[in-house]
Amino acid sequence: MYDKIFTPEAWQQAWEVVQSEFLMGLWETFYVTVVATFFAVVLGLPLGILLVAGDKGGVLPLPKAVLSTLNIVINLLRSVPFLILMIMAFPLARLIVGTTIGTVASIVPLVIAAFPFVARLVESSLREVNPNIIEAAQSMGASPFQIITKVMIPESIPSLISNITIALTTVLGYSAMSGIIGGGGLGKIAINYGYYRYKYLIMLLAVVLLVVLVQIFQSIGTRLATKLDKRLKNR
Amino acid sequence: MIELKNLTKTFQTTDGAVEALKDVTLTVNDGDIYGIIGMSGAGKSTLVRCINMLERPTDGKVLIDGTDMGALSQKQLRDMRRNITMIFQGFNLLMQRTCLKNVCFPLELAGMKKADAKKRAMELLEIVGLPDKANAYPAQLSGGQQQRIAIARALATEPKVLLCDEATSALDPKTTHSILELIKDINRKLGITVIVITHQMSVVEEICNRVAILDGGVVVEEGTVNEIFSAPKSDAAKRLVFPEGFDAPVVERFADEYRIRIVFNGADAAGTPLIARMALEKEICANIMAASTKTIGGKAYGNMLLGISGDKQMLDDAIEYLTEVEDVVVEEVAD
Repeated sequence: MYDKIFTPEAWQQAWEVVQSEFLMGLWETFYVTVVATFFAVVLGLPLGILLVAGDKGGVLPLPKAVLSTLNIVINLLRSVPFLILMIMAFPLARLIVGTTIGTVASIVPLVIAAFPFVARLVESSLREVNPNIIEAAQSMGASPFQIITKVMIPESIPSLISNITIALTTVLGYSAMSGIIGGGGLGKIAINYGYYRYKYLIMLLAVVLLVVLVQIFQSIGTRLATKLDKRLKNR
Repeated sequence: MIELKNLTKTFQTTDGAVEALKDVTLTVNDGDIYGIIGMSGAGKSTLVRCINMLERPTDGKVLIDGTDMGALSQKQLRDMRRNITMIFQGFNLLMQRTCLKNVCFPLELAGMKKADAKKRAMELLEIVGLPDKANAYPAQLSGGQQQRIAIARALATEPKVLLCDEATSALDPKTTHSILELIKDINRKLGITVIVITHQMSVVEEICNRVAILDGGVVVEEGTVNEIFSAPKSDAAKRLVFPEGFDAPVVERFADEYRIRIVFNGADAAGTPLIARMALEKEICANIMAASTKTIGGKAYGNMLLGISGDKQMLDDAIEYLTEVEDVVVEEVAD
């Protein structure tokens, strides 16, 4: 499979595809990833907060039944393989965006797959907050809502950013998979040319671009998280 | 005035119920610096958390100026907590906020305007002596400085009571001293009642006027610091006041030897060579078996264990001689 990849003809063909499709593919991947992660955070952040605050001994304890249901639903969604989730999400995609095919339609299953993941990440970030600081805030007369908005979230910002970066790179990987059901982007290019038409060089180049994109996301995220962490001295 | 009435707190653990506090009754008067001392696990932290209802007592009442803390609604309790603030062993500052913003925090919670809160916070940073650290982050400060910021934060809402939960336990002796001075100053200048939770007798000695000794969730002794220091009655108190041992027999007792204990009750005797004078004047030679004394405010507190070889007459003479000295109590130790 790999012996005839780098022939001059292959390079010639690949270059044409790079020029004609890669820019659009890159944009679609970027757009889908960012938009899907954004909605995943919109849904996942409150759920993550609920998981921590609603816990027994949390600042706003929820009835045990509510919390267990929440946990089960999150685990359930997290355990369905993404490929299958995409197919299962067809009706919902049709309901929300009117179609099951295409770049915008692929955002729906991505959000469904990512928000429970984000909820878990947010949960772990918030649990890192020193409980003594929360107790101090309580001793000063902070309400549960104030503790969430003024203590738990601000204190865990560096960790939240790190974790959302992880979510972003994971969604990026999933978005490439959504090329199978007609989602646009670099994933679609890689599958269409590499898998269906045996143009492996094009597939390889698309993958290289995906790797570069992950690197960029990750280093921006890491830098931001470190920069914003005031616990680190001399900064 | 803070009144704790028959406070009991029971924790349910997997190993069954643990009674952290048993029928604790205490009264703290306005303006007091009240020490609550005990070994680890004595229930001190639970007790102080019951005062501001961070822990709900299982039974009993907490009355602050007559207000029953346990009967307040959540909202009322939050308002009340602005009057009873707290500092901690671990400082517990918000690490992602500057020092100034940390001091602003309780004012922000109370809904004060940002500009006003900032102005008040700056005043408080002046009081604790760290106005130059306004824009620094807690991680850039030493432990002592962090505790000063925490004190400024605790004072922001103009409380009537300051609870100190092992506030100096993480600090070195010199820093401890400066923090205690600050607390004393605040007590004097602002008239804030202070409750100090600690396991260090030196802290009580330095700033408290009254003290309660907590052991196994029970108040075993309570009184002025001088009373407790001069004559600790309970075992827990003796352990705390004289950690080296109260009257541990160092040498085995001889057949013809009597033992007496002298207790210094704030005597001026520290300056006089009491034992040597007894030897000269009465020709009674005493062997010092154990001694544990402390000087507080220029007066001697503590006790000494003497061994006297000879007959019963000699013993009686010694007891008579020593009893005449002011503020010294003498008793024979049977065995």
